[in-house]
Amino acid sequence: MNASTITIDILRYRPEMDEKPFTQSYEVPYSADLSVLESLQYIKDHLDSTVSFRWSCRMAICGSCGMMVNGVPKLGCKVFLRDYYPKKVTLAPLANFPIERDLVVVMDDFIDKLESVKPYLIPEKEKDLATGPHQQTPLQMEKFKQFSMCINCGLCYAACPQYALDKKFTGPAALALLARYNRDSRDNGEAERMKIVNQEEGVWGCTFVGYCSVVCPKDVDPAAAIQLLKVDSSKDYLIGMFKPD
Amino acid sequence: MSKRKPYVRELPIDWWLKNAFYTKYMIREGSSLFITLYSLILAWGVFRLSQGEAAFNAWMAALHHPFSIILHLIALALALYHTVTWFSLAPKAIALWIKGKRLPDKFIIAGHYGAFVVVSIFCLIIITL
Ligand code: SF4
Ligand code: FES
Repeated sequence: MNASTITIDILRYRPEMDEKPFTQSYEVPYSADLSVLESLQYIKDHLDSTVSFRWSCRMAICGSCGMMVNGVPKLGCKVFLRDYYPKKVTLAPLANFPIERDLVVVMDDFIDKLESVKPYLIPEKEKDLATGPHQQTPLQMEKFKQFSMCINCGLCYAACPQYALDKKFTGPAALALLARYNRDSRDNGEAERMKIVNQEEGVWGCTFVGYCSVVCPKDVDPAAAIQLLKVDSSKDYLIGMFKPD
Repeated sequence: MSKRKPYVRELPIDWWLKNAFYTKYMIREGSSLFITLYSLILAWGVFRLSQGEAAFNAWMAALHHPFSIILHLIALALALYHTVTWFSLAPKAIALWIKGKRLPDKFIIAGHYGAFVVVSIFCLIIITL
């Protein structure tokens, strides 16, 4: 068999020696079933052990391997060389995040935002453990399930021009997570979370570009979560006019 | 000592030209410029009407200028583009649950087009009566 190869360009940045990122090219043996992540592992094992990237599960569930593949936010393990071959593949760290090293980005801001939306059940009153678990019907679960499928990969933040322009924007995944708890029948924390939703940095920072939902590998549809929260926020505002608390 | 030195990339000024999805979004947003112009011209017409028949006729004559026709054609095309893209996004803001199932997107989109047709016919009747 004639071994064909594919070119992989990687945006590299080594903080201890580089002033700014630069592109380095690698030739990798092509095979149709090789994922982009596996091609990076090939490079690390056989061509250049200094290339850094994050990964763990290799099956689109840990959310570690997000990167820009030909300019589009993707999970490296969920995208294959055959999708690009014979054209070359260009890899860069996730957009809108600071670069830590090579394809590794600093995600602290993203994690802080996820934490900021009170992502836990706030029950109306504490229940005694002895009274058993909180009950929920399948329909009640269906109302938020989609928004709970997020794997915190950050692709939606890399896709969001509003986040690119203003890092204060709470952003897609965190707002979807907020919607997930607000829509949970066991939760009673909506009033607390609406304060976050109603801010300019909350849902109103979103201009409905909608690309977050296109790139999301788990069909969370964060854009829908945000638009639904905008409806809630408007209702909240109207009710507040008549019934200030 | 830490060797950390996170590198922050600048957002290029032409970021919205590098991806077709962003370009389409910017056209949708940009349509508001032409729709604003259209509304201003219309408001100007109402103002001219208040100044008497001669003033209003002059405004009507100005509308026949090729420049005005081109402007209105662009505004119409962009308004239609905005409408189509906006209607296709509408289901994202509407979660209607009927008998334990979420109302499918296509019904919500069809509802929007239905309302659009009804309102248009209603307006046409008012104008022509
Ligand atoms: S919402 Fe989707 S794209 Fe965003 S972090 Fe969660 S899984 Fe990733
Ligand atoms: S390696 Fe876990 S999501 Fe790709």
